[in-house]
Amino acid sequence: MYNDRILQHFSNPHNVGDIPDADGMGQATGGDKCPEDLAYFWIKVVDGRITQVRQKTRGCPVAIAASSATSVLAEGKTLEEAGRITVEAVAAVLGEMPERKFDSIVGPKALAAAIEDYRSRTEG
Amino acid sequence: MSDFVYLDNAASTRLDERVLEAMRPYFFETYAVATSQFGYSPGVEAKDALESARSDLASALGARAEEVVFTSGGTESSNMALKGVAMALGEKKGKHIITTRIEDFPVLNSARALERMGFRVTYLNVDETGRIDLQALEQAISADTILISVQSANQEIGTLQDIAAVARLGHERGVLVHTDAAHSFPRVPLNVAETPVDLVTMTAHLVHGPKGVGALYIREGTPLAKWMDGGFQEFNLRAGEENIPGAIGFARAIQLVTVEETQRIQAMRDRLITRALQIPHSRLNGHPVFRLPHNANISFRFVEGESILLHLDMRGFAISTGSACFSRSLEASHVILGIGGDHERAHGSVRFTFGRFNQERDVDAIADAVAEVIASLREISPLGKEAN
Repeated sequence: MYNDRILQHFSNPHNVGDIPDADGMGQATGGDKCPEDLAYFWIKVVDGRITQVRQKTRGCPVAIAASSATSVLAEGKTLEEAGRITVEAVAAVLGEMPERKFDSIVGPKALAAAIEDYRSRTEG
Repeated sequence: MSDFVYLDNAASTRLDERVLEAMRPYFFETYAVATSQFGYSPGVEAKDALESARSDLASALGARAEEVVFTSGGTESSNMALKGVAMALGEKKGKHIITTRIEDFPVLNSARALERMGFRVTYLNVDETGRIDLQALEQAISADTILISVQSANQEIGTLQDIAAVARLGHERGVLVHTDAAHSFPRVPLNVAETPVDLVTMTAHLVHGPKGVGALYIREGTPLAKWMDGGFQEFNLRAGEENIPGAIGFARAIQLVTVEETQRIQAMRDRLITRALQIPHSRLNGHPVFRLPHNANISFRFVEGESILLHLDMRGFAISTGSACFSRSLEASHVILGIGGDHERAHGSVRFTFGRFNQERDVDAIADAVAEVIASLREISPLGKEAN
């Protein structure tokens, strides 16, 4: 049985949806053990700060909970701070889980891709 | 837990009280080991009970009592069949075995173990419904083929094979035939007097009998090496003290399975399939007609099975999934991949299996819950828009 934090994020995931006029959008898939896990992240950025984040995820309960937790961590952060949201940081928020499930934590990778997309748009 | 709806009867079933009642005296009264007719009375009584269970099981299969050996379950029975034949005939006749890609793990991993020991194994492909091609089977037989092992019914998608045809073919070509009937017997009847199979794997816990007991049918004259060393029990084919309460329970469990009950279960299963296929982007895995009466296996696109399982568990329903995320091996279902499905189809596959203790009212409850869960997971799925 998963712990309560995972179950809460899984049952009521935060920031679900998309942002049609997003400033950045990124996607990522799970690692070797769960390649079918898939997350999309959208961000709005004002003055270098993430003002809005939305996400959609397909995958196992950890994948869904991890994207929810990632989105909560990213809200209101500067891009630099948000760039430091790692798989390990999200795992720490979610608490105990089987180690193999780290492969399903796709949220941080999708968020990083959204930040990257924002940067390439603004620099380009 | 009382309202929990259990739809994972292909994993294991709830014991029937009548089975427990039949077993009870063999724990507390007739608990002696089975002895010869010259032993002490409780041992003779135990032996008589064991032989009567054997005889009951044999007649349900159309076999003679001496052709049935009790084991610890389906896994042991299949190991005994494959490894026993391999050890008996490997040096004498040949080292080739034919089986299918979608066998359950006892057969599949016994075959793989034999490969490591120098045997050659042909794993037959199946079509998209899960059935083997009999012509391909015939072509695979060669002079050194010693055994054909084809399951009666698939553990995940429920597809039934034409075992009568497989057995006839093996018979004509002088090759022994084993079938793993753990998931089908006795709900799908098998009569070895009409179907010339040589070895049949059976288990008790999938038909409301106890865990830890199964049987292997061994047609008279079938060469089979004893591979577990120990005492001389079970016609000196299977060492180890006989599980007498288990054997009694198994025989009783078989008696309690009726055609009427199986029809009732099938009607519930059919209704669930109809309801579940009303969900967009769903498809039935397995054969529409040649399938176990209690099995439904459906893939839902854009969502993942373990998440479906957890949501349904929270609502009081137990189901199973072929998703890699959920399996102990972390591999996607070899059965769904074997019928030509991709990883996504395995990822979103759900198996519902009915049993004696399911109620008609459970069917609409689970169908409603599945529809809600799929809709809510598609809502948060990045691919969910395609589902609308």
